Amino acid sequence: MSRGRGAVDPKRVSSELFSLTYGCMVAQLLKDFENPEEVNKQLESMGYNIGVRLIDDFLAHTPSVTRCTTLEEVADILCKQGFKMFLGIVPEIKNWTAAKDEFSLVITENPLAEYVELPPNCQDTLWYSNIICGVIRGALEMVQMDVKCSFVGDTLRGNDSTEIRIKFVKILEDSLPAGED
Amino acid sequence: MIFNLYIFNSSGDCLFYSEWKRKKHTDMSKDEENKLVYGMLHSLKSFVSRISPDTSDSFQSYQTNSYRLTVYETPSGVKFVMNAALELPLQATKDILQSLYKEVYVEYAVKNPMLSLQSPIDSDLFKDKLEAFINSKIN
Repeated sequence: MSRGRGAVDPKRVSSELFSLTYGCMVAQLLKDFENPEEVNKQLESMGYNIGVRLIDDFLAHTPSVTRCTTLEEVADILCKQGFKMFLGIVPEIKNWTAAKDEFSLVITENPLAEYVELPPNCQDTLWYSNIICGVIRGALEMVQMDVKCSFVGDTLRGNDSTEIRIKFVKILEDSLPAGED
Repeated sequence: MIFNLYIFNSSGDCLFYSEWKRKKHTDMSKDEENKLVYGMLHSLKSFVSRISPDTSDSFQSYQTNSYRLTVYETPSGVKFVMNAALELPLQATKDILQSLYKEVYVEYAVKNPMLSLQSPIDSDLFKDKLEAFINSKIN
């Protein structure tokens, strides 16, 4: 049985299907929870569960990456390799604080929000792509780094740019198994 | 050539154990043996990086008259430990463990949302794929 034209690598899915699926999911969450703040929390939580597993996928495919020691290294690898690998975009890194413990990630083209317009009732409260914040938090927690990650602007809400603020909290200590000192 | 394999997560739980050719067994329970192996790894890792004359390092392998133990630890804390015969060179064991992580663990354990990674992996698919992978490496 031959595969004609239009044959696609079975592991690849069209990005439109992905955007549509994500959009359906957000719409359903809004219907179920009715409160956009609650939906933000749910998206972050879902993202966290994705992140804790996605990190292993990322590390397996980039064996040259070792544990980062500074937030700058993290920002660099996150944008140039992480985002590139999974979303096909490379966000810009901006607005470092003087203490280098906080930075902004600016996304110019968001594949999740390609065909989206927010309805007026959640225009000011919903962070549509909040799942990304959860993914970043979950993934970094698995490499022992505790960060706070949140949206500060979204073009869907009429802001100038889609911007995520990432703040370093602390390094998590490797936990010892029970019974050890 | 490959005697046995342990997989530990970052909190020290043994996610998986499998043996192919083990003539001598310890007289402890599986639980105790897993704790012993993990404790040894933890202590050796700490010792190795403290004594290191250069930059901070990580423990990779030890060798005796009859076997070589190789460990591959991912930055996410997952540890793959393999005991193999000396005929299998060190680099080969390292490559096997790295490929195991990428082709079996990530694909069939991590990507399976129904599987918890905090307790022993209970998936026939994972076991089968791992066996097939190891068998392809031994031959």
